[in-house]
Amino acid sequence: MSQSVIVAENVVKKFDEVVAVDGISFDVKAGEIFAFLGPNGAGKSTTISMLTTMLRPTSGRLLLNGHDVTKEQASARRSFGIVFQDPALEEELTAYENMKVHAVLYSIPKKEQAPRIEELLKLVDLWERRNSYVKTYSGGMRRRLEIARGLLHHPKILFLDEPTLGLDTQTRNLLWDYVEKLSKSEGMTIFFTTHYLDEAEAVAERIAIIDHGKIIATGTAKELAKQTKTKSLEDAYLELTGKTVRDETSLKNDGLNVRGALQRSRLR
Amino acid sequence: MDVIVVLWQRQMRRYVRSRSRVLGAIGQPILFLLALGYGIGSVYKRAGEGNYIEFLVAGIIVQTLLFSGVFWGIQILFDKRFGFLKEMLVAPVSRLRVLLGNSLGGATITLIQALLVLVISIAIGFRPHNWLMIPVAILLMIILSVTLTSFGAGIASIVEDFQGFQGINNFIIFPLFFLSGALYPLTGAPAVLRFLTSINPLTYAVDALRWALNGQSHFSIYTDLAVMSVSLVACLYFAVSRFNRIQV
Repeated sequence: MSQSVIVAENVVKKFDEVVAVDGISFDVKAGEIFAFLGPNGAGKSTTISMLTTMLRPTSGRLLLNGHDVTKEQASARRSFGIVFQDPALEEELTAYENMKVHAVLYSIPKKEQAPRIEELLKLVDLWERRNSYVKTYSGGMRRRLEIARGLLHHPKILFLDEPTLGLDTQTRNLLWDYVEKLSKSEGMTIFFTTHYLDEAEAVAERIAIIDHGKIIATGTAKELAKQTKTKSLEDAYLELTGKTVRDETSLKNDGLNVRGALQRSRLR
Repeated sequence: MDVIVVLWQRQMRRYVRSRSRVLGAIGQPILFLLALGYGIGSVYKRAGEGNYIEFLVAGIIVQTLLFSGVFWGIQILFDKRFGFLKEMLVAPVSRLRVLLGNSLGGATITLIQALLVLVISIAIGFRPHNWLMIPVAILLMIILSVTLTSFGAGIASIVEDFQGFQGINNFIIFPLFFLSGALYPLTGAPAVLRFLTSINPLTYAVDALRWALNGQSHFSIYTDLAVMSVSLVACLYFAVSRFNRIQV
C-alpha cells in the first residue's frame, strides 16, 4: 500500500460549546482521488479549513505530506494547493498577474516562474486570454484559472471545495477531465467536496461521508452501495444521512459568503 | 521579487486601473476647500483672522489622509468578503508581511491623494510660508498616511460587513475630523470644544502640518510630534494584533 499524504487522527473542533467536528480520523493515500461528502452543516467546511491551516483543531492531529498543520505550518502550506468554495481571485488583475502574485507568495524561483505559468495556463486553455482582466472571465474560466494557480507551486495535494458549484454541465465535465489528467500525470492527491453525487461516483476512488461531525462511512462508491444494500451512491448517501433537509448552522463567517450564496440561489 | 513588493504592486495596480476612485477620493476635500474657503473666507477675513484658505489647506490635507487612509480599510473588507484574503492567508508567508505589503500600498495611495490636494491648493492660490518646508510637510504626511491606513486596516479586521464600516465612519471618523481644529482655529473656541479637541490625537497632526505649511501652530511642535509618534505606534500595534486574529 502506498504512503498516506493526508492523515487525520481524532480531530475535534469546537466553536464555544458547539462541536462541529467530533473526533474524526481518516487517511488519504498518495495519488488518490478522495471525495469528502456530507449534508450542509455536517462539518465538511470546518474540516477543510483545518486541513488547509485556516482553523486550528481543538484537539487531535492533522498531517499533510508528513507535516503537522499546526506545528509546521509553512511546510504544510507548501504541500497543498486549494480551490476555495468561493472565488479567491483578484479581479482587477490579469490572469497572468494573478499567477505571478501566487508564484511570489510561494517563493517560486524567478527563473522557473514564467515557464511554469505558461505550462499551466496552457493546460487549462487560458494562455490566449492570459492578459485579460479576471473580471472579464466567466465562472468556468475563473475556476480553471484557480486550478492552474493552485498547481503553480507543485503541491502534493490539491483541495477542491465544491469546485463545480454554479458551473454548467459542459464546464463541469471539462473540469473533472483536467483533474483526472492531473492526478494521472503528476501523481497528485486530490481531496474534494461536492454536493453532486454523480461527480463523486464517477471521479472519486474513495469516498468518506461525514454527518453531525462524525465520519459515518468510507469506501468506494460500490462498497458504500453494497453496505447499504442500495443501487447507487446517491441512494447509499440518502440511506446513511437521511432525507431531512438541513439548515446550515452558521458557525463562522458563513454570513459573508455572498458569492457562494448567490451561486447557490442561481442553482435553484 | 518579495512578497511585500508584489502585494504593494497589486494595490497600486488596482488604484491606477480605477480612475473613478482617484477622482472620488479627492472630490470631497476639494469641495470642502472651495465651498468653505470661498464661502466662509470673507466672514473670516472680516473677523480679523486673515486668509481662511491659507488656514484651511492643512486641515483639508489631513481630511484627505483621514478619509482616504481609513476608507482604504474597505479594501481589506473586500478581500475578506470576496476571497482574495484567503489566497494571501493560506500562503506560506507570515501575516505580518501580508499586512505590510497591503498597508504600504494603502499608505502610498493615501499619500498620493493628499499630494494631489496640496498641488490643487497651490494651483488655486495657496502659498506656503516657506517653500523649503514642503519636504517637512510631506514627511509629516507620510507618517500620517501610515498611521491612518493602519487604523483602517485594524478596523477592517474587526468589522464583518460594510454596514459596520459605515457605522465606524459616522461615529469615529466624522467626530475625529470635526473636532480636530481642521476647519476652525482653536483660539477663542468654547471651553468644551477646546477640551474635546485637545484629547483628539488628530488635532496635533493638523497643528503640525499647519506649522510646516503656514508657520503657525497652536501647540508646540514637539508636543505635536510626540502625539503623532505615539499614535503611529498605537495604530501599527492595533493593525497587527487585529489582523493576526482574522479568521476567514
